[in-house]
Amino acid sequence: MKRVLPFLWGLMLPPITAHAAETPQMGGTLRILASSAAGTLDPQISYISLTKFLETPVYDALLTYPKFAGAGAHPVIANLAENVPQPEDNGLTYRLTLRKGIHFSNGQLLTVADVAASFRRIFAAGSPTAGPYYSAIKGAGACLKDPIHCTLSEGIETNPATNTITFHLTHPDPEFPEHLAWMHASILPASTPLHDMGNTAPPGTGPYQITDYNPTTHMHFERNPYFHEWSHNAQPAGSPDHIDVTFGLEPESAVTAIENGQADLMYENVPLDRLGEVGSKYADQVHIFTPLLYYYATLNVNEPPFTSLKVRQALNYAVNRHAMVIYDGGSAVASPQCQLLPEGTPGYERFCAYTAGATPQNPAPQWVKPDMEKARQLVQESGTQGMRVTIVTPSGGKSDNTALDLRSILESLGYKASVHSISPAIHFNFVQNSDNHVQISISGWNADYPSATSFLDTLFACSNFHPHSDNSPNMSGFCDPHIDDMMHHAAQLAQTDRTASNAAWAQVDRALMAQAPAVPLVQTKRVVLVSKRTRNVIITLNDEILLSQLQVP
Amino acid sequence: MTHSTSASAQDTRPPGPWRMALRSLRRNRSAVFSLGVLVFLAIASLLAPYYARYVAHTDPFVSNVAGSIMLNGQEVDIMQPNDNLLHLGLSPIGPTWHGSYLLGADSQGRDVAARLLYGGRNSLLISFCSAALCLVLAAVVGIAAGFCGGIVDIILSRMMDIMWSVPVYLFAISLSIVTLSDGLHLGPFIIESDNLILPICIIALVYVPYAARPIRGRVMALREAEFVMAARCLGVPRWRIVLQDILPNVTSTLVVLGPLIMAMSLLAESALSFLSIGVQAPAASWGTLIQDGEGLIYTRPMVAIAPGLAIVAVVLALNILGDGLRDALDVRDASHREQ
Repeated sequence: MKRVLPFLWGLMLPPITAHAAETPQMGGTLRILASSAAGTLDPQISYISLTKFLETPVYDALLTYPKFAGAGAHPVIANLAENVPQPEDNGLTYRLTLRKGIHFSNGQLLTVADVAASFRRIFAAGSPTAGPYYSAIKGAGACLKDPIHCTLSEGIETNPATNTITFHLTHPDPEFPEHLAWMHASILPASTPLHDMGNTAPPGTGPYQITDYNPTTHMHFERNPYFHEWSHNAQPAGSPDHIDVTFGLEPESAVTAIENGQADLMYENVPLDRLGEVGSKYADQVHIFTPLLYYYATLNVNEPPFTSLKVRQALNYAVNRHAMVIYDGGSAVASPQCQLLPEGTPGYERFCAYTAGATPQNPAPQWVKPDMEKARQLVQESGTQGMRVTIVTPSGGKSDNTALDLRSILESLGYKASVHSISPAIHFNFVQNSDNHVQISISGWNADYPSATSFLDTLFACSNFHPHSDNSPNMSGFCDPHIDDMMHHAAQLAQTDRTASNAAWAQVDRALMAQAPAVPLVQTKRVVLVSKRTRNVIITLNDEILLSQLQVP
Repeated sequence: MTHSTSASAQDTRPPGPWRMALRSLRRNRSAVFSLGVLVFLAIASLLAPYYARYVAHTDPFVSNVAGSIMLNGQEVDIMQPNDNLLHLGLSPIGPTWHGSYLLGADSQGRDVAARLLYGGRNSLLISFCSAALCLVLAAVVGIAAGFCGGIVDIILSRMMDIMWSVPVYLFAISLSIVTLSDGLHLGPFIIESDNLILPICIIALVYVPYAARPIRGRVMALREAEFVMAARCLGVPRWRIVLQDILPNVTSTLVVLGPLIMAMSLLAESALSFLSIGVQAPAASWGTLIQDGEGLIYTRPMVAIAPGLAIVAVVLALNILGDGLRDALDVRDASHREQ
């Protein structure tokens, strides 16, 4: 399950390594600005992009995505483990060997007991992905019911003598290695308390440790004195001696601070009205990349008028995706999104079923322009004209613009449309709950890791629709057993043949778009501004900008 | 002869207090100018549909980011690419100083000038109606508390104190949020969340204590006045005393408070709309316009500045007019007026 937040971890397309390192420069203090802190520092609890961005050089999991730029930074590689496990017993067993000689930042040696304890802690501390990502481990069901007495004794077998860890699953999980690389599977000392650590950072194995944190003002990193580089691709040694993060500055002010050399990196995107300025005066300090993130309108297939396939298709035909690109800052930072997999995801094959001259059966290679005539015809055939439609959107910024544009479109199709802006803090939960009878909502979705499952299965599988729950990522309430079977087949193929799996996911993407449970709108890019002195900006497939590799004199 | 005597008597009769106040107000150039500004802005706002249709040739409620206009014989995009190496960002067209897009466009490509006038309609309407409703409620509460005294006064005054103890904006925001999600359900009546009646009622309610308290004080003083005592001794019913003796003497206070409450209501409405809990999109108010301009403050500051200036102008005019009315109606300052 993935948290909808813009600017989360993403995929870089194409790889960008501007300011490539001429000569490695170690030392110095890297100064980062963020508008607000991300709350808890607990790597097994936090589900906020900023936490992952900041804690990637602090914590390690058994596996990880390669920390180098380029499309080759996929799939997962060994990190604390010596090897990437191959599935055994028809995908029910995974065996890994832990690297030797790795220490936590408190000097304690990493052992297999820490690994087992960390996985127990995922359940005991209430990690948000305990169910979605780790429920396949034997004994996880009991742990989910009774977290305090979680043992996972059947699911995780350790051998201190050989330093091996064996995972036993109740059912095959084709993406189990990816889940072992996820942030919540960070390995912590076995003595770490079984509750949310809040403002205290538990010891990690990465090149840095968090030594001071005040969520209202700042965070400070020092080098981990016990760190040694075991794999440059998995967890490279850090460049700056210190990292200072200051919270509280709005992005507008952060841009000015970086322009003036008062900070080195701002976490948030450059605001839209500063894009022209930074593009003209600070172009060599700008880094643009494409995360696995897109914005779309969820259509609730259980609420009229979107119970009608024709209405859903009509809205897909009518949406002016060119306008959506403009709301996001123009073609340099956004592109029309016409399908449910964003560009860069494994399985992505570009097509557009809903544009002038295209149909789901004969899609166009890309979006051209809206087809209002076709849209009006479909609405007329559906007999739903005149119905009231309320668009629910997170308040503020481009979401409001998008919602108002959709409102105009719905009005022109004959509906009585209105916009209901609600606080971004509650929007995500509100639109998930079927009790709120949301007809259409504006959302963004991004992947925890590069995978078609993260988008198609999570958002549209029957198993992810939970009526009356705030935790129902299938916000459309869409359920098609045939498409579910296709998704299951594609996921299974990934264990044996990734190419075939990707092709199968592309088929799922087309099949889903034919049913139009959503209106994909736009895929956006990240525009990051760094200071003039900052060098060696490395943007990876999964971890965005590598904090530890930034060099400052 | 009789007729001429009567006419002569009328001529020599001193002018009434209202006529004197009006005469005094006319002499106050600042107040008259302020009134002129208010009338001008109100008329301009009322003409918004005609401006949009016949001058701007646009629908200010429909997004137009992909559109273009003819300017000096050339077709110009509403959203213009920024001139930079990376082609980053787009900016809405700035002030053209022509009929179309006179003050430029907002982030949705809509005509700012047309929306400014439409926004003025809603802002002025809400602030005027809020002030009127507030004064009616305040008059009822203030007169009841001041005239009845005793337990009625205690209950009403404590209620006002409680309302006064809550910061006015926090109070308004709380009420707005509660009603915004699902509208207001009053038995068989449902007020939709985008209905202007909601902000009108909310703003009126939060300012009632501010107007009720001075009215109560005035009524308490009047209650002990000789003419009221005389009416009581003569056995005049209480309701008649209130209507014929108290209310006319409180009216001047209400008139003086009117512009001031309206100014405060305008600011409250703008604040609520700026926070997306007042006037709901796509309808406009000066507050929503400032919110629209917030994200364009570096590139197109006019989007926020224009409604900001309008708010400043109206609030300033209302305050000056309020001062003028106070000078004109304040009996304690009669000597000044006679000069």
